[in-house]
Amino acid sequence: MDRKKTDGLVGLFVLAGVGAAVFLALRVANLGGVELGDAIEVRARFDNVGGLKPRAPVKSAGVTVGRVQSIGFDDKSYQAVVTLSLDRRFQFPKDTSAKILTSGLLGEQYLGLEPGGDSAMLEAGSTISMTQSAVVLENLISQFLYSKAADSAPSTGASGGPR
Amino acid sequence: MLGMTQHITQLGQSVREGVSNTGRASRYLLRLLLGAFRAFGRPRLIVDQLHFVGNRSVAIIVVSGLFVGFVLGLQGYYTLRRYGAEQALGVLVALSLVRELGPVVTALLFAGRAGTSLTAEIGLMKAGEQLAAMEMMAVDPFQRVLAPRFAAVLLSMPLLAALFSAVGVLGGWLVGVPMIGVDDGAFWSQMQGGVDFVDDVLNGVVKSLVFGLTVGFVALLTGWDALPTPEGVARATTKTVVVSSLAVLGLDFLLTALMFGTR
Amino acid sequence: MKQIPSTPIAPIESLAPITSIVPSKPASGTPIAALEEVSFGYGAPRKILDGVTLRFERGQVVALMGGSGSGKTTILRLMGGQLEPLAGTVFFAGQAIQARDPTKLYAVRRRMGMLFQHGALFTDLSVFDNVAFPLREHTELPGRAIRDLVLMKLQAVGLRGAAELMPAELSGGMARRVALARAIALDPPLLMYDEPFAGLDPISLGTIATLIRELNDALGATSVLVTHDVAETFAIADYVYVLGNGKIVAEGTPAQLRTSTDPFARQFLDAKRDGPVRFHHPAVSLEQDLEVRGARRCSG
Repeated sequence: MDRKKTDGLVGLFVLAGVGAAVFLALRVANLGGVELGDAIEVRARFDNVGGLKPRAPVKSAGVTVGRVQSIGFDDKSYQAVVTLSLDRRFQFPKDTSAKILTSGLLGEQYLGLEPGGDSAMLEAGSTISMTQSAVVLENLISQFLYSKAADSAPSTGASGGPR
Repeated sequence: MLGMTQHITQLGQSVREGVSNTGRASRYLLRLLLGAFRAFGRPRLIVDQLHFVGNRSVAIIVVSGLFVGFVLGLQGYYTLRRYGAEQALGVLVALSLVRELGPVVTALLFAGRAGTSLTAEIGLMKAGEQLAAMEMMAVDPFQRVLAPRFAAVLLSMPLLAALFSAVGVLGGWLVGVPMIGVDDGAFWSQMQGGVDFVDDVLNGVVKSLVFGLTVGFVALLTGWDALPTPEGVARATTKTVVVSSLAVLGLDFLLTALMFGTR
Repeated sequence: MKQIPSTPIAPIESLAPITSIVPSKPASGTPIAALEEVSFGYGAPRKILDGVTLRFERGQVVALMGGSGSGKTTILRLMGGQLEPLAGTVFFAGQAIQARDPTKLYAVRRRMGMLFQHGALFTDLSVFDNVAFPLREHTELPGRAIRDLVLMKLQAVGLRGAAELMPAELSGGMARRVALARAIALDPPLLMYDEPFAGLDPISLGTIATLIRELNDALGATSVLVTHDVAETFAIADYVYVLGNGKIVAEGTPAQLRTSTDPFARQFLDAKRDGPVRFHHPAVSLEQDLEVRGARRCSG
């Protein structure tokens, strides 16, 4: 009947649209990225997280082993507290160090883990103690200028200080 | 001197007309919204309209989405290559589509295809006295004829926009990965890293809903106001395309500023 | 608010040809509809209707006749609440029509059936669905009852076999008959016809005229026709109003009108070229025009 045919076609249309939306949500956006349940939560403190964002990858030896869950601020130590979820399949020693690195020259920032040598492994809720903050470009530039000024100060006799 | 006074009088009259037209249009928009809400009690009518408005637009939306995806892939590659950032092709294509091109181009195509059909249909019904006949049979044409169509437009728009974006991403992938040789893994992973569900995808859905409201409202109202002659209907369909296209583009700017400006 | 229609109309199998003048029926009780001292216009000096009073008695077929723009269709629109009078009151079943109140207006309209000039069928619905439309919208009858009612209405107009056709496939006469079936779907006490005979061939013309009369009598309803067609109308009408210049220039039974002395009525009924309605559009005299135009052409 014509009614059934219309219903069928409309149903197909709606399914196709919803399917496209689901595709966008899962494959295009980052909705289904995290392996929930198979991960343990670990914390790390940084002086500066730079451009690190939640859902940024956590990599070790270049392989993604987890995701950044959230980034918070501790107003007692005035440090950033990054909560990450690590894939339960991989075990990391307690003295693993965490660095904030940039992929490529101007790419997204991610967390790099370098394993230590401890025999005890990180558990859920533990904190990574050895961290290296992100490299902030402005600090790098002012460092460079300071050192340049220091280099040129003795030869010209001018007082120190950047120009 | 007399001509000057006439001009001023005419100007004042136009302004007054403009204001009362705006009031009238707002009243109609409210009637449509309420009507669409009530129309969900008669799903049969909405399903018929979904077929008329949604299904018939799928072909043009999908094909256009594919082509736009192709172009994005190509143009995106050429531009990114200059900065050594070809790996970001996936995220470029996806963000362009999901945030902007999906909702906007879908709305423009929809206005041209389904919007004009709606305007012409309503205009012809008016010319053939069908709407007057319905009123004389104590059936409110707004509720019976216009509201289901409005509801169908509101439902179709986000679905079509999602289809457009999805197909566009696939089109971009087709051009970028198999044809040009961008790394497949980088394409998808950078995309997944760069596209946020709430900020990007959902905002795109909100945009398409607003555009749907706009296009539906303009199409139905111009049909309703059309002069019941062939020229009147032709002029009304042109008006639908022009007004809804401009409105969509203007609203896009507003919405983009609101949604993405404060990030 | 839904109402279940009363007894369905009995199918009309024999359509006896109307060749004689139907004797006028006496007025009984309150008129089903009336216009009392009604004036209407679209602004500025010229009024389409100027303080006219018309009464439509129950059971009668009443014709409204007059030149173009004489307000015939306006009267139908006033009766249906599509227009509001500038002065005076429009009554239906003894109550004044309140065109501003949608609920009350719709309640009143459910008791009226209107046939538009070209039928005004819903082009996206079949013949069956068109006739079923008022039943589906205003009653809660089950599908089977609606089906039976629709088929009987179509039988009454002779188009039961065309139930599955679409309006685009119908001829003008057939479309009008379907619209007639739709107008009587709820057995309304008042039927209004806007130029029902316009553009029809003689057979369809006779059919429609006969149907209007017979359905009116079978339903016990009142029919109001707006028409130009003198011969056909006089054969079926009980009472006629002739309108001109915003007023009623003549009224009465067809027999009475044939002997009317009003010049406008006479010009209209006798189809005379010249009378109160001038043949020549106002212009300067012919000699002047030829002289002027000729001169212009010579110098040009």
